Amino acid sequence: MSRQASRASESKKMNSELFTLTYGALVTQLCKDYENDEEVNKQLDKMGYNIGVRLIEDFLARSSVGRCHDFRETADVIAKVAFKMYLGITPSVTNWSPAGDEFSLILESNPLVDFVELPDNHSGLVYSNLLCGVLRGALEMVQMAVDVKFAQDTLRGDNVTEIRMKFIKRIEENLPAGEE
Amino acid sequence: MADNIFFEFLHMEMVDYVYKMDVSREEHEQVKMNAISTLENMGFRVGQGLIERFTKDTPSFKDDLDVMKFLCKDFWVNVFRKQIDNLRTNHQGTYVLQDSKFSLLTQFSNRKQYLLEAPRYLAYTCGMVRGALSNLGVDSIVTAEVSLMPACKFQVVIQRS
Repeated sequence: MSRQASRASESKKMNSELFTLTYGALVTQLCKDYENDEEVNKQLDKMGYNIGVRLIEDFLARSSVGRCHDFRETADVIAKVAFKMYLGITPSVTNWSPAGDEFSLILESNPLVDFVELPDNHSGLVYSNLLCGVLRGALEMVQMAVDVKFAQDTLRGDNVTEIRMKFIKRIEENLPAGEE
Repeated sequence: MADNIFFEFLHMEMVDYVYKMDVSREEHEQVKMNAISTLENMGFRVGQGLIERFTKDTPSFKDDLDVMKFLCKDFWVNVFRKQIDNLRTNHQGTYVLQDSKFSLLTQFSNRKQYLLEAPRYLAYTCGMVRGALSNLGVDSIVTAEVSLMPACKFQVVIQRS
């Protein structure tokens, strides 16, 4: 029994390492292909967006969470259910703006950067920018336009990783905006 | 954590990106790096890293067949959540690994519609296998073929110097 349990955890670890290493290989490739970090960030965001618009479907099916009544509830679901499900971490939700339309996700640890060090010549690179795209894409599919960006990043010497999310508007039209 | 659906989506985006990049490169007539080999190289590095961490508590292998068995069972289960269904060898350094339901192909239609595109979704895995073997001290050439989705065969030819 205990042996099986340790196998399961081993497998989980390996799975997340596979993801982490694959992501690393991808970012490395992007850095080779593009001259400046800004372009790499943009490309990562775009890929994240493409993942997000599909991942939301998997998320809704798997989690069976219902409709969120306000942005605070959305924030909780993202942090406690979605991050837990796909990355195995639970970020904390803080720094609400007075209007309640902006908050931060604080990631104590970020599985994407497990084996990563940024070289000096990539100071403009937002390594985990894929996550911003994923969140943006996923929320767009549930009629929410949000602005997502990294405010702090442990890779750049900050103490924690902070993702700042700002609610822009409810998307009313039925047709989703076309992807590039 | 939800299986590795996140990985599968990331993999799709990656393949898509590398192919689009490849097309734009040819337009610019720069050095042509074939998309398959780009993906293969990415996988190679990842395979090396994975196997290194994965085998650190495993006793050393007694021969190539032993290595291949480990790859088909433990490695495959951990990466793709299932074992290789069939392993064959001619005992002269050629191994054929058959997966009757390869997880990176399950999102496709089972019919022939996407058969032509299938190889690009296997290149990364080929690289990963080659990388894993290389870190276990086995130089190899790994190729893949699909005849009926989502089954596929990986052929490993061990190179002796």
